[in-house]
Amino acid sequence: MDSIIDRRQQPRGKNLGNRQRFLRRARSHIRRSIRENLRERGVSDADQGGAVAIPEDEVHEPQFGQDPDAGARERVLPGNRDFVEGDRIQRPEGGQGGGSQGSDSGEGEDSFTFELSREEFLDVFFEDLELPDLVKSRVSGESAAEPRRAGFTTTGPPVRMSLERTMRHSMARRVALGRPTQAAVEAMERELEDLRSGRIQPADGRAAETRIAELEAMLTRAQERRRTVPFIDPIDLRYSHVESVPKPVSQAVMFCLMDVSGSMDEAMKDLAKRFFILLHLFLKREYERVELVFIRHTQYAQEVDEEAFFHSRQTGGTIVSSAFDEMLRVIDERYPVDDWNIYLAQASDGDNWPQDLDRCPRVLSEQVLPLCQYGAYVEVARGAAAGAGLLGGGNSDLWRSYDAVTQQHEHFARRRIADPGDIFPVFQDLFRRKGVTT
Amino acid sequence: MRLGTSEVSTQQPLFETGDWTVSDLHRIQEAVAEIGENELGLATYRNRIEVITSEQMLDAYASLGLPHMYRHWSFGKRFAHQEGLYRKGLTNLALEMIVNSDPAVCYLMEDNNATAQTTVLAHAAMGHNHFFRNNQTFQEWTEAEAILDYAEFVRAYVAQCERAYGLDAVERTLDAAHALQEQGIDHVIARRRYTVDEERQRLAQRRVAEREGEHELWRVTTHFGEAEAEPDPEREAEARAMTLPEENLLYFLEKKAPLLAGWQRELLRIVRNLSTYFEPQRQTKMMNEGCACWCHYTIMHRLRDKGLLTEGAMLEFLHLHSSVVAQPPFDHRGFSGINPYALGFAMCRDIERLCTEPTDEDWAWFPEIAGNQEPVATLKRAWADFRDESFIRQFLSPRLIREFHLFRLDDDPSEDAFVVGAIHDERGYRRVRQALAANHDPSEIRPRIEVVDADMRGTRELTLRHTVRRGRTLDALEARRTLRQLAFLWGYPVTINEVDEDSGEVIARHSEAAPRS
Repeated sequence: MDSIIDRRQQPRGKNLGNRQRFLRRARSHIRRSIRENLRERGVSDADQGGAVAIPEDEVHEPQFGQDPDAGARERVLPGNRDFVEGDRIQRPEGGQGGGSQGSDSGEGEDSFTFELSREEFLDVFFEDLELPDLVKSRVSGESAAEPRRAGFTTTGPPVRMSLERTMRHSMARRVALGRPTQAAVEAMERELEDLRSGRIQPADGRAAETRIAELEAMLTRAQERRRTVPFIDPIDLRYSHVESVPKPVSQAVMFCLMDVSGSMDEAMKDLAKRFFILLHLFLKREYERVELVFIRHTQYAQEVDEEAFFHSRQTGGTIVSSAFDEMLRVIDERYPVDDWNIYLAQASDGDNWPQDLDRCPRVLSEQVLPLCQYGAYVEVARGAAAGAGLLGGGNSDLWRSYDAVTQQHEHFARRRIADPGDIFPVFQDLFRRKGVTT
Repeated sequence: MRLGTSEVSTQQPLFETGDWTVSDLHRIQEAVAEIGENELGLATYRNRIEVITSEQMLDAYASLGLPHMYRHWSFGKRFAHQEGLYRKGLTNLALEMIVNSDPAVCYLMEDNNATAQTTVLAHAAMGHNHFFRNNQTFQEWTEAEAILDYAEFVRAYVAQCERAYGLDAVERTLDAAHALQEQGIDHVIARRRYTVDEERQRLAQRRVAEREGEHELWRVTTHFGEAEAEPDPEREAEARAMTLPEENLLYFLEKKAPLLAGWQRELLRIVRNLSTYFEPQRQTKMMNEGCACWCHYTIMHRLRDKGLLTEGAMLEFLHLHSSVVAQPPFDHRGFSGINPYALGFAMCRDIERLCTEPTDEDWAWFPEIAGNQEPVATLKRAWADFRDESFIRQFLSPRLIREFHLFRLDDDPSEDAFVVGAIHDERGYRRVRQALAANHDPSEIRPRIEVVDADMRGTRELTLRHTVRRGRTLDALEARRTLRQLAFLWGYPVTINEVDEDSGEVIARHSEAAPRS
């Protein structure tokens, strides 16, 4: 006998093992591809997953096969219209028309494209940043939900039954269907009793028997009705409905400040971008709504969109405090301190105009940081891409001028970075404060 | 179209709308099987019908249809590829998939409506299943009752190897074995196949032997002449079969590669066995689909005649059917070779016609079956005894050649243009048929490669020969890449000579040095 099995409910992801092996094999290419990809992505949509292309060669499965362009063969084709035997047909340019995949051009002619999920994407991203596992799950995990009342439903567990609502429906139904009340029945019974015992006579002067018969009939009907229309029917039941809603968290604004003077090259900006992305991922996890403000500066500062922030070049000197002034202006204009949690992320190569070295830490310490939840400064080491060591160069002017700030403010962290692995420690305090031990 | 012929259609239709439940499927399958088994006399394996989601269908694609498969990145690649195409809407998923096993596992997609499910049950659970059970190629090469257990055994064994020897080592070996899987089939003598129990026993023995420091390899190759404690007739037979030339590269490597560990030999054996299992499907693709399409077409019409299908469902079916068996002409944008469904179905219908309403031409071409009035029995004999190549050679009729407007296009590099070699006319029928059969002949379309020499006393270089027919040499880049895999398994240098069949001259030579490390 044939059998039919419904497998639709079975656990998904039977292919996970194969998928992992596939990603593992293509790992180095995926990393490279993501690195390139990051350049095109915005800070806020960095974790979206997406299409990844890797060279076909890496995942090619070779087999012995005939060269479709060599040797003689006869093909049989359908749909002849007007050929007759002996007709000659010009060869199409560049080998045969029909489906030849052979390639003789050597390596790397084709690429294999596939979709990477958000989790897989973050996995590779975090691997570069050398994030501790706990932080990874914290940053990438789905946001925690909180139960919240959301009206009433007709089904639910007994403990959630809403007595008030249920009774209201019960009463409405009883009234609508004309269920006699207990009091009405009792009144009839009392009257019947009194009539029978002769204590009272019908007021309209009829014979007591007539009234008794009438009352008995009414009473039977009433009792019948009470039986058929129950006091509580399953359709009356109402349950409080509880929905999981994302944790009620407020909003945050993240200020990305970057020195864009000529001394910051593309590689340094890429590194800074990763720093911004990581902070943004963290904030997205903590707050319902995160806005980004990009402020670039040379000797004067300017709020710009993300594209201009990362990609346009400017020349000029460097006055870091101008960026703080701009930031204070934006806060004043759009982000009232009472409504917004303010975060500061500053990236620079450490240059500052000597005359500003005094004012800059003062503005930061006295005006900016008191408004902020947290501030982080990364100094991108010159020649980061070339792999220059951190220890080689002396402290920059800006770095030194921040010494006092670091001591005064616990919620300010700074770090010099030369490769993606250095970024995370700057946030260590931040994550620790939020209850994650790393 | 006529409605209700011999019997009065008093029965209720099986379904009125497109929706279905699992209990509907039961009723549909019963009605389909009633016609298939009792009226057409199809003999199938028991069916295990599984309703699955599109994601599970993609899973099934990736693991080549088997419910269990060992893990390998190439299956993940296949899945990612198919998923990408499916997501973009470039391909539709198959409506069904069926495994050649006993019981036959038959997957139905949940997205199919009731009409499609009925069609699919008639197509796969009846048609393919009958073909699997009765076709001689399948009988000779596969063991339907063993494959599900075997697949599960294989999955567990490969996982065990991964734990013991590491993902990388296992992957490396499987990669190399996969590259040679088309050269892992015995075309001449089918070797004895093992059941899962025997396979387990053999493994246990191998483990004992390894623990005792014996090397099966040396026992087989160098001590073979010496009397063993108990002469094993099977091993002797295998040794005889090892004499060169050997066309089964995977078999040869499993037995004779000097440096492989025991588990690596087992992996080669697994890839070889699975490749052998799938071989009949490659050789009978067109017939198999033809048989299945003929069955669904016939069964659906019978269901309609019995009043079990509404006219609406019937129209829906005809729409589905005609898109499956469509054959675009060669110059059409959608052309991608001869559609095996189209040709297979047309040939089966044509055989039916030959048996019942032959023309004078048919009497001349098919004297043994024309007008025998036994279409179903004739079809069943054909399905049992042939494979694509011989089926075409035997049964492709002039009428069908005309219907398909088939013509032969000759591509000879010595000519400066393609030449039309034959068309659908009196002079051309036999030549077209001959060429189409050759296009379906595995020995024509696959390169013929053998091991001819292994210099075991000297450099240990392995020499292969590719017998080149009519100048059809190997794709050089692919050959080099495949040789690299082969050299990894062999452990020493490997060379392949491409030798012209007629002159015996070496046309090309590819070599790969011994693998490093």
